[in-house]
Parts: sequence; structure tokens; C-alpha cells
Amino acid sequence: MSQFKQHSVLPGFNLAIGFTLLYLSLVVLIPLSAAFIRATELTWSEFWTVVITLRVLDSYRLTFGASFIAALINAIFGLLVAWILVRYQFTGKKIIDALIDLPFALPTAVAGITLTALYAGNGWFGQFLEPLGIKVAYTPIGVFVALTFIGLPFVVRTVQPVLEDIETELEEAAAMLGASRLQTFVRIIFPTILPALMTGFALAFARAIGEYGSVIFIAGNMPMVSEITPLLIITKLEQYDYAGATAIAVVMLVTSFVLLLIINLLQWWGRRRNALI
Amino acid sequence: MDMASITASSSHSPSRTRITQEPRWVRYTLITIALTFLALFLFVPLISVFYEALKKGVAVYIAAISDPDALAAIKLTLTATAIAVPLNLIFGVAAAWAITKFEFKGKNVLITLIDLPFSVSPVIAGLIFVLVFGMQGWLGPWLAEHDIRIIFAVPGIVLATLFITVPFIARELIPLMQAQGTEEELAAVTLGANGWQLFWRVTLPNIKWGLLYGVILCNARAMGEFGAVSVVSGHIRGSTNTLPLHVEILYNEYNFAAAFAVASLLALLALITLAIKTGIESKVSQQKGPNHEH
Repeated sequence: MSQFKQHSVLPGFNLAIGFTLLYLSLVVLIPLSAAFIRATELTWSEFWTVVITLRVLDSYRLTFGASFIAALINAIFGLLVAWILVRYQFTGKKIIDALIDLPFALPTAVAGITLTALYAGNGWFGQFLEPLGIKVAYTPIGVFVALTFIGLPFVVRTVQPVLEDIETELEEAAAMLGASRLQTFVRIIFPTILPALMTGFALAFARAIGEYGSVIFIAGNMPMVSEITPLLIITKLEQYDYAGATAIAVVMLVTSFVLLLIINLLQWWGRRRNALI
Repeated sequence: MDMASITASSSHSPSRTRITQEPRWVRYTLITIALTFLALFLFVPLISVFYEALKKGVAVYIAAISDPDALAAIKLTLTATAIAVPLNLIFGVAAAWAITKFEFKGKNVLITLIDLPFSVSPVIAGLIFVLVFGMQGWLGPWLAEHDIRIIFAVPGIVLATLFITVPFIARELIPLMQAQGTEEELAAVTLGANGWQLFWRVTLPNIKWGLLYGVILCNARAMGEFGAVSVVSGHIRGSTNTLPLHVEILYNEYNFAAAFAVASLLALLALITLAIKTGIESKVSQQKGPNHEH
């Protein structure tokens, strides 16, 4: 078929697709293209000198490093939380299940000031941690704590439905054949949930690298130490260095788009694997 | 699959066979570890918002949220949300209608493009509007000539909020309407229904819970957005400060009690959002229940 659209008796296609494309172009695509077009006003060497200065490189290291560790912690504990929510009975389960999405619903600025208050030297957690020599607030560890908070729901919410759909017959068969629970988990359950686990990890990581609101309060924002890349974009903008801000933004955008592609591939892999089972 | 095996594999069924159940000590250990993690990272922070807000007493709390600047911030947040949510609602329905009821080329690309704002940092979402409408932006000189302010003014805040919340309603509706297919609509058209009748009487009743779900999430994000709005706002007290930005200003002035008082309003909004969301989820799973038994 060479036409753009297959024939249908249902009405409203032209209106719906026309409005969709117009709205998406005006609100998302044209503004987003501004970042890429404005970046072309720089020459390659100008672009590179902005995006690989020491201060910017340090911010990448912190942003990507803390995001990676936070996503890893969320992968481990998110799997555990999904597991107990699906498999076990305990009091308060419904409320706990509902509260998992709190980091999605709570404005990031609220999360930021709350975590800072908790982990500051006189805070509920900070008063116990600081005597042990662990400073969280105003250090890179604070960045990690904030990113763990905002990424918490992703792994739980991607793994939970897959875990719910697993047929117990397979596990029963494994047990009949003499497998221990641990062997059953490693050989049967884990491979089934792996695509969802990796998708959740990638979603948490992608969210974390762009995060701003919850981090800036707790980070302390010391250049080269606890300054995240999104903050660096704002700093450049406040100094009217539009070209510098745009160049760093383009690096971040390209990274995000690559991650989006990886997430789509992981989801496709998960669907294909579940279809086979 | 027969009913018995559905019950056996159901997640909420306590009747899991013993051979697929871990020993008691393993279960309790796993539950304890998971709940400790959640307590440290979720529940304690949530409680501490309200504790910090009320620490200095109810009088301080009420003074903070009835301060003129706080009221102006509430008004601006409600205004931006009242524009962003309906527009994204219309967009979500139009996009889901086109994508789920018709076959056309480039559909998957369109779905990816709708999701795009989710993978863009809020800071960059603000930056791009500065690049278009700011003084050094594409339209900056023209706007200045005509005395129109977008950046550091309310229109910029609305645009940034719109960008951030574009996908929320569409991405709830698309999988829902895809699962429902087109049979009911085709039957209605065959029986002579026109476009509006079709939408109001056939499609809308089928998607109303999904629609409400999307609206609730979109609303929460629109009211709570910080990074994108922060870039375009200019932080003018009583004029271009939304609620989350007001929290930041109070906090940076070391007025912690007031900052947490205003923050507690936003935390309350988050809790209400989660309550409605959970309510819709249990409503939908109840409705699904009887249909699955046929």
C-alpha cells in the first residue's frame, strides 16, 4: 500500500492527526530543534572547548556516576520491593503499594528540601551519620540520595506486572524436578524478569541524569565537586552564556535520546521474550 | 486457561502451593529489608515534611500559607495548570484517537515523539523556550519591539509546563484504546452514528477512567514542576513565582518553617493524587474482574 493511511470508515482522522502534529510541533518539536540549531552557530572547536572543559567534565562524572549508582541501588531494592508486594502478604501492603509512586507525585523541590533537612548535621538521619564521619548533605553522596529517591518507583513498576504474570506451573515443575527455591529463582524467574529489570534501571538512570529540583538543595553545588550538569546549564544561562548553555544541553539531549532508544529496544526485547514463554 | 489456574497464579492469592513458597525466615527477612529501605527513603521523608511544617506551631504555618506572596504563587500555579491540563487533555484524546483507531505510516515514530518530553531534562525544557522567546532568542527582538513578554513572565511558565506535561494523558490513553480495538466504534458507525455521537456515547464511556487517571497525573506534575519553570520564571516574588519556586525562595532565605509549610501543601497534593490514582486502579480492576470470567 503506497498511501499514507489505510482506509477506514471511522471519522475524524484528519482532524485528530492534524491537531496532534500541529500541537506537538509548536509545543515540543520546534522549541527542541532550537537547541540543535542554535548549537550550529558554534564551530566544532568552539563546541568542543565548551563541552570538555574540566568543570563540565567533572559535572558529567558526578551526574552520570551518581545516576548510575542510584539506578543500581533502585534495581536491587526495586526488585526486592516488587517481589514482596507480589508474592507475600503483610499488613499495610495496599498503602505501601500506593505510596511507591510518591516520588512521581511529590514535587522535586519538596523532595529536595526534605532530604536536605533529614541529612543535614542536625537532621533526623544526619545526627547519627555525621559522628560516624559520613557527611551526606552538601556532598556528592547527597546527590546520590536524591537521585535514589526520585528513581525509586521505576524498577518496582516495571518488574511488578511481569512478576504477577509469571505462571506458577513452571516453578512447580522446577521444584518437582528437585530444584531449590534459589535455583528456581536464578534459572527461571530471574531470566523472565530481566528485560523488565533492565528497562526499569534504564528509566531510573535516564530520569536521574536530567534531574534538577531534588538535587540542587542537597548537593551544595560546589564547582568540580558537587555540581550536576543541569545546574551548570542554568549557571551559564544566568551569565548570559547562551552558546555555552546550549552546547552542554545538546550533549545531554543526545545522551537522553540514545537512552530512549535503548529503553525502546529493551521493551521490545521484553515483549518478544514474554510472547515466546 | 481455566479458572482454577487463574486463581492459583493470581498474585493476591494466599493459597500458593508450599513448594513454590520460600521458608518463613526467608520471607520475613526479605519483607524486613524491603520495608526498611522504603521507610528510610520514602516514609520518613514524607512524615518529616509535615513535621518540619508544623514544628514552629500552627500560627506560623497559617501565616506562611496565607502570606500574600504565597497566595500569589498558589494563584499562578492554578492558572498555569488550568491552561496546561485542558490543552494536554485535548491533545491526548486527539493523538490517541488517530494512533489507535487508524493505521498509518510513521505511527511508531509519532508515539516516540509524544514520549520525548519525558526524556528531556526539565532544565533543558526551560532553556529551549529561552532560546526561542528570550532576548537573544529567535523571536526575542520582535517580541521586544511589540512589548510582549514571554520569558520571565506568565506565558513562559505556561509554555514550560505544557512541554513537560505533554505525554501524560496521551500515554495513558494509547495502550487503553489499543486494547479496546475499534469494534464498538465500527458497529456504531454502521448503525448511523456521527462523529460526535460516536465519541461521546461509545468511546468516552470506555476510556473515562483512563482519562481521569491521566488528568490526575498531568495535574500533579503541572502543579509541581520546578526545573523547567525555574529557568523561564525570573523569580519575581508575587508575580512569576509558582508554588514550588516560592518554596525555594523561602528555603534560600533560611525561612525553613514557612518553606516547609508551603511544601506541605504540595505534599498534600501528592497524597491526594496517589489516593485518587489508587481508587481508579481498584475501580478498574473490579470492572475487569467479572469480564474475565466469561
